[in-house]
Amino acid sequence: MKSNKNSRRKFIRSTALSSFAALIGMPVVFGSNLPKELPPIGLLDGTLPPDLIGKSKLMTVLNDRPINAETAAHLLDDDLTPNNLFFVRNNGIPPADVDVKNWTLTIEGESAQQKKTYSINDLKTKFQQHTLNLTLECGGNGRSEFNPPAKGNQWSTGAVGCAAWTGVKLADVLKDVGVKSNAVYIGYYGEDTHLSGDPTKDPISRGVPIAKAMEAESMIAWSMNGNDIPVLNGYPLRLVLGGFPASCSGKWLSKIVIRDKVHDGQKMTGTAYRVPCKPVAPGEKIKDEDMCIIEGMPVKSLITFPKTGAMIKKAEKLGIRGHAWTSAEKITKVEYSIDFGENWLTCDLKEAKNRYEWQRFEAQISFPQIGYYEVWARATDSDNRRQPIILPGWNPKGYLNNASHRIAIKVL
Amino acid sequence: MKSVEKNIEKESRLIWNFFMSMIYLALVSVILAFGYVALGDDIQALLNQKTITAEDIRNYKPQSNEGGEEVDYNKVVDGIHVYTGLKADPNLQVIIGSCTSCHSAKLITQNKATRAGWKSMILWMQATQGLQDLGNREPIILDYLAKYYAPENMGRRKNIDIAAIEWFILDQKEENK
Repeated sequence: MKSNKNSRRKFIRSTALSSFAALIGMPVVFGSNLPKELPPIGLLDGTLPPDLIGKSKLMTVLNDRPINAETAAHLLDDDLTPNNLFFVRNNGIPPADVDVKNWTLTIEGESAQQKKTYSINDLKTKFQQHTLNLTLECGGNGRSEFNPPAKGNQWSTGAVGCAAWTGVKLADVLKDVGVKSNAVYIGYYGEDTHLSGDPTKDPISRGVPIAKAMEAESMIAWSMNGNDIPVLNGYPLRLVLGGFPASCSGKWLSKIVIRDKVHDGQKMTGTAYRVPCKPVAPGEKIKDEDMCIIEGMPVKSLITFPKTGAMIKKAEKLGIRGHAWTSAEKITKVEYSIDFGENWLTCDLKEAKNRYEWQRFEAQISFPQIGYYEVWARATDSDNRRQPIILPGWNPKGYLNNASHRIAIKVL
Repeated sequence: MKSVEKNIEKESRLIWNFFMSMIYLALVSVILAFGYVALGDDIQALLNQKTITAEDIRNYKPQSNEGGEEVDYNKVVDGIHVYTGLKADPNLQVIIGSCTSCHSAKLITQNKATRAGWKSMILWMQATQGLQDLGNREPIILDYLAKYYAPENMGRRKNIDIAAIEWFILDQKEENK
């Protein structure tokens, strides 16, 4: 132990290794004698651990190659999710040498009137700028609860966040290019690269129906909460399309295609981001052609205060708060239960500044006696959809789990 | 006479001031020394934090640490192979060699499936991700995965994992906005 002080210092200086340690959550000693030619697992392809690129060490790293990290419910308590706590769902390797000045966005495709290329400065000067608070949620958020289990990143509840995005309306740019009347879909391409390093492969290239692209809340954004978008979240330019799975909101955006058919890019076809067109029994085998593309995300809520595990005294009331969101017009009601769903009481609910912003709910809870409680929350939206208490319909890829969030409380 | 007294007074004040400043200096040094012992590493870490630029990412290379302590690459704690986080097993090197050269071990450790489920993932990797035929390693890998990373019966929804909760006294006067 005597050389500890020095070797620890050396370690802190060696960012690569200390980050590696943070990633795997172990004391740094294990990294100190790695073979020189062998980089730590997870860094083999040069992807960077999240603490190196603007992410909080409080985030939960699910996968380090590519980087996927989520945020615990109590860390999502802010009205707008801070950039360093916003979840990361990457399919490939983010571009390393971003030259903002020379970054361009090209719009083309079968249903584009012309091919047109814009610099970020063109976007900033030619079009009206907007700032909207938009919620993004990964289609697979909540996957870890499905039974039988679905493969992939086992998200719990933290693949969601809401930020103030500044940019231009996607519709304004598409109109500037000219959209033919036969347009069906848009698709995006980004500058991230495939994990295999194969330059001919796209890690992901998804899109949305043209009507969704033309919505007033569909944006091309260059700023997040007043700052540059973090590298892992799409710096310097990305799509932000609230209400749809976040995979539709392409990052490191460099090209948009206006298609005369449903976009067939990477992860649009097969079973990716698709659920059975008709309800199925858990574990049922489903043919690819019976899987339908996910569009609007379901109604959902999260209790962000207190952190699960809070203990209070019987005389105290418990103040809870959280966020609720939907792809419908708005959230109309949030309720809570402290008796495992037998009785539900209504929370105070704030209006959103704009559609697809999550809405704050709050309540003061009195507990009848000392003991163990669970606080459950469920939201209802303007389409009268309400969160289930148990898991919603099973699907082979584990998407769209919007079951009620639950926290554990003890009253002493 | 008065000026002599004044001089003595002046001198003694000077000596006193000098004496006191030495004491202060000593005190400050002691505090700083203690502070450094206690917080040196954190301060160092703080100083070493910097904004990461695209340049840094481009030039980034994993580094190895020279010197330092002996580390056992094969170390196993509580049945977990520390370096990868995988469950320890006599066939672990087959798993490490076949799987983690292409993807993170976390992709194994966070997933659960039956033998057939793991087999379908291998088929998927072969169909779409360029995985080669695993030959006689395949049954070894499947046995390992099915044994250690099998699905548990969770019913339609699992209970909250109470054992994992860190209970804490909530001070609402402090916490409330």
